[in-house]
Amino acid sequence: MRKILVTLLFLLFGTSAYADCNIKSGSINILANDFPALRTFVETSKQCKGSADFKVTHSSEHNKIAVPALTANPSEFSARIAANSSIVPLMNQDLIRPLDDLVKKYGKGIQDSQLITIDGKVMAVAFMANTQHLYYREDVLKDLGIAVPKTYEEVVAASEKIRSSGKMQYPYAAAYKAGWNLAEEFVNMYIGHGGEFFKSGSAEPNVNNAKGVATLNMLKKLSELSNPDYLTHDSEAIKVEWESGNVALMTLWASRSGTLLDDEGDPNITKATKLTGPATVGGGNIPAATLWWDGFTLAKNRSDADAEATFRALAHAASNKKMVADAADQAVWLVEGFVPGPKSIGVIEAVKMGAKPYPMLPQMGLMHGALGSEIVEFLQGKESAEQALKDVEAAYTSKAKEQGFL
Amino acid sequence: MPNKTFFWFFLPTGLAMVLFIGLPIISTGVQSFYAQHDQVVKEVKKCDPFGCTVSIVVDNEETTKIREAKPLGKFNGFGTYVDRNHLATEEIKKFWNETETFGEFVDQVTNLPFYKALIFTLTYCIFVTPNVLLLGFIIALSLNAISRKIRGPLIFGTILPMIVTPLVGSLVLFWMIDSQGIIGANIQNLMNDPYLSLKSSKTLTWITIITYGIWHHSPFAFVVFYAALQTVPQEPIEAAIIDGASRFQRIKHIVLPHIYPVVTFVALISLMDNFRVFEPIIGFSAEGSAQSLSWLIYDNLVNEEVILFGSAAATSMMTIIGIAILLAPVLVRTWKEFKTAR
Repeated sequence: MRKILVTLLFLLFGTSAYADCNIKSGSINILANDFPALRTFVETSKQCKGSADFKVTHSSEHNKIAVPALTANPSEFSARIAANSSIVPLMNQDLIRPLDDLVKKYGKGIQDSQLITIDGKVMAVAFMANTQHLYYREDVLKDLGIAVPKTYEEVVAASEKIRSSGKMQYPYAAAYKAGWNLAEEFVNMYIGHGGEFFKSGSAEPNVNNAKGVATLNMLKKLSELSNPDYLTHDSEAIKVEWESGNVALMTLWASRSGTLLDDEGDPNITKATKLTGPATVGGGNIPAATLWWDGFTLAKNRSDADAEATFRALAHAASNKKMVADAADQAVWLVEGFVPGPKSIGVIEAVKMGAKPYPMLPQMGLMHGALGSEIVEFLQGKESAEQALKDVEAAYTSKAKEQGFL
Repeated sequence: MPNKTFFWFFLPTGLAMVLFIGLPIISTGVQSFYAQHDQVVKEVKKCDPFGCTVSIVVDNEETTKIREAKPLGKFNGFGTYVDRNHLATEEIKKFWNETETFGEFVDQVTNLPFYKALIFTLTYCIFVTPNVLLLGFIIALSLNAISRKIRGPLIFGTILPMIVTPLVGSLVLFWMIDSQGIIGANIQNLMNDPYLSLKSSKTLTWITIITYGIWHHSPFAFVVFYAALQTVPQEPIEAAIIDGASRFQRIKHIVLPHIYPVVTFVALISLMDNFRVFEPIIGFSAEGSAQSLSWLIYDNLVNEEVILFGSAAATSMMTIIGIAILLAPVLVRTWKEFKTAR
């Protein structure tokens, strides 16, 4: 009996003793994307919520909710977990608040490198890094005597060899779903070719050039080695393809490696799944990939008390050594005390190879949108690369004009 | 009904319609004539975990000032309507002058997003509406002819496609036609082509969506036709049987004329519904191959990180006009009949 009582007491007070941020009031409501590392992060911040009200919405549709929800006054969410690209619309509409005061007051454990500063003001606090890189099946490559590919040209050659060996029909996979995903693959490949999306110092589009054509041709070659339904496959779908053993080479987000290498699924496939850095393309020396950070931002249209409570809870997670030690294989944490494990190879290699961050420009979202719908017909073989790129520029131009960028 | 009674009877509905349909349409119309203010941008230093760069951001102070002065945005007139992503008048003029054959011109025009979407929407309407009417009528006739004992369960089974939420229905079919799904894999075997995919080919995607549309909408036509069939008077039919009329002749000369107003009604509703085709495109992840006008509006509102209200409003207005044009012949006809009836 006494034992039970002691255990109960320990349970009751154990957690609060573990993380006491001493938050007395305020309400916390977080909007975040839905993948394991973000769930861990939000859970960690919940541990120190004190007596504040705590709510969270994890949704893969977060981009669609964010701007309308934060435009309302008071805003639905007090914090939004954003990334390089999704912070831009919030900045464009002036929906997030500078964090300098709060960082000074409560951000003790946060490292300077975690701070996203724009025009000298801290606008977000990053806690993890992400990129897309190559995954390969060690057993398949070994059987056929193929070296681990370092460039996309080698990926194509390796995939063709695997196909002709009869082992797999569609040996390559990447998230080519028409729309955001496909555009992201174009962005990666175009940057790998050394392309610039806009004429320098302006919002004029600049993708209809030799680099753009080379990018499209490479995407097409890769798509021909993928499952014919590639235009409907997002990250989740290609993960399933991989786990069913249909794919030997894949470009996928680093943040997905955790679920790919967990105990679920065929243990033989999991054992043979290996990670390597992102590939380069067209003889370039920077990888055909973009670096991403995930960080938290605070809504402007929300009371100072809520902002303070939210910041303290999230800062607790963004400087939590225990979290990064426990969840070391879920993400590449930017938090102090993180020791990179085998699942972080992709991001670390990408940084070493000098990968560029995703362009944080106010008009980039429009370009991304135009790419996602206009290059589909080229991949389907319905129009030429030049025509597709011309369409991208034209579609972007009219949108940018309507939006006041041109 | 005296006009006065009708007025009071209709007033609550009328008010609700003005409030929830009329005003939003007017507001959308106004919105479609405005574009965003010119963006005031400034060069700043941005630092993130990967290093610092000098690049541009929107100058919020300046923007707020401009926005407060003119909250609706910059007046753009029909600018949004005629830009490349909508009616594209200038582009079409250019194509007309530059292309040599008419085929080439059509190719260029159908490559523009609005016309691409319009063509899919119209194709969908043209194939789905008559087939829905026909199929619904045939099912209603057959069910009307069979024993009353098994009619109940059969009717329930027949209206199932309508009960299933469009998104769920299309998702189920989406998985079945996957190249590893039951239908997709069998078609590959049948055609002996391992690269055949219903989802990657544009034509096959269109056929899939249209088939799905017919499957989903037929029960509606069936239910209405079945109800109408119950009102067909038996005497003329019996007389026709005695005169030796075949089943086909009876349907053509007695049943069809009797339920004709209902056919018009179903055609009207189906046309309106089909012109707004949207869910199957999302359910089938068919954005790459098939875009409808409704999908364009959705795309402008949610798929971009920057929301394009002006574009969405312009496409909405044109969808309304499109529906009006499509319905005009049917409406004019109904109006004429209504007048002669009085």
